[in-house]
Amino acid sequence: MEDKILSILSGIRPEFDFARSADFVEDGMLDSFDIAALVVELDETYAISIDGVDIVPENFASLGAIKNLLVKNGAQP
Amino acid sequence: MNFKFSGRKISGILTVVPANEVPFEAEIGNYSVSPAKSMKLKLAMGYNKHRIVAGDVCVSDLCVFGMEHLFAKGLLKKDEIDALVLVTQSPDHFMPATSNIIQGRLGLKQDTLCLDICQGCAGYEIGLLESFLLLGQESIGKVVLLNADVLSRKVSRRDRNSFPLIGDGAAITVLERGDAGSEIHANLKMDGARADALIIPAGGFRCPSTPETGAMVEDENGNFRAKDHLVMQGDAVFNFVQVEVPPMIEALAASAGLTLDAVDYFMFHQPNKFMLHKLADKMNVAYDRMPANIVENFGNASGVTVPLAITFNLGDRLTRERIKICMAGFGVGLTWSSILMDVGPLAFCDMIEYD
Repeated sequence: MEDKILSILSGIRPEFDFARSADFVEDGMLDSFDIAALVVELDETYAISIDGVDIVPENFASLGAIKNLLVKNGAQP
Repeated sequence: MNFKFSGRKISGILTVVPANEVPFEAEIGNYSVSPAKSMKLKLAMGYNKHRIVAGDVCVSDLCVFGMEHLFAKGLLKKDEIDALVLVTQSPDHFMPATSNIIQGRLGLKQDTLCLDICQGCAGYEIGLLESFLLLGQESIGKVVLLNADVLSRKVSRRDRNSFPLIGDGAAITVLERGDAGSEIHANLKMDGARADALIIPAGGFRCPSTPETGAMVEDENGNFRAKDHLVMQGDAVFNFVQVEVPPMIEALAASAGLTLDAVDYFMFHQPNKFMLHKLADKMNVAYDRMPANIVENFGNASGVTVPLAITFNLGDRLTRERIKICMAGFGVGLTWSSILMDVGPLAFCDMIEYD
């Protein structure tokens, strides 16, 4: 799951190396529009709909946070 | 706060959109991000093209144009209008009220209550509530509700947070006493503690416009705007909508003794497609029952998006049928409100272009 998430992140912001960051939002790698684009791709990839109330920056700050978010919203690892 | 009305109905809706249509691609050069990223934004948010006024067109111009169309077509008579309620955030002047200006330009009778209300995203619901309340007076037999904004004139063209989604337009809704089918249920909440989430910081008496407030400043995301421009905390507004709107709609349906399945259409305010699809998913409502095609075709003209969604998606049907519609608006204030009512058959339900 983490490899797939990394691949999606790189597609959205190809100029960044997400594997080297501990906080994507704090490091300025994802802004609110990137998060929206990411949610659209994650929803489609995992055939889920991430709950709107979960779309807050802290849930997209790291690979672990995104993985937890996906599992919480029904994605299969 | 809950409201309930009976013996009141909407008898016609006309929306007015500027003829000036600008495609998203024509503006991506104004933004500080790459064209490729702008195109991803387009897909996620549903931006495509928007209708914005050309030059110095004002709210009263759009409203007078629409009203004169109704008079010319014989769909409305001047002397039967007892109240003119205008909901706008972009009045022609600080004073007098723009509704008074519209009354004067149209030559309406002096026995007309003219009332301006400063509301935006929930402005259609607020305007309907006020109009239904006015119809409780014997002296008021017909209310014309005007929703209109030209906020493109107050949004920086170099602000990718707000300019791609902004639209201008007007809606004219005629309301009167009569059988509307079932009772009308409504609710309303406001939270002024979060007023800064959507604001034009300068230009009022708190912070008058000066050369300094007109200076463009870059924010942390590379958007350029001045204090004279609209600024939106997009994250905060998105979260507010996702947290507050679904329970509001559930409470509205419960107060009406209905489930969401009994509602034919959910005509919601449309800031962007992404936000609406998330609401639809949360409420388990199919996308075709919650149309999200206004921003992509016209832009977001505040309180005009709901009546525009109705005329654009249901125009012909509503002149023949009665349809149960749940309307909701949410945004500046912060304000959120919803109305559940039967609409139609209407005398008119149409859209025209202002050129």
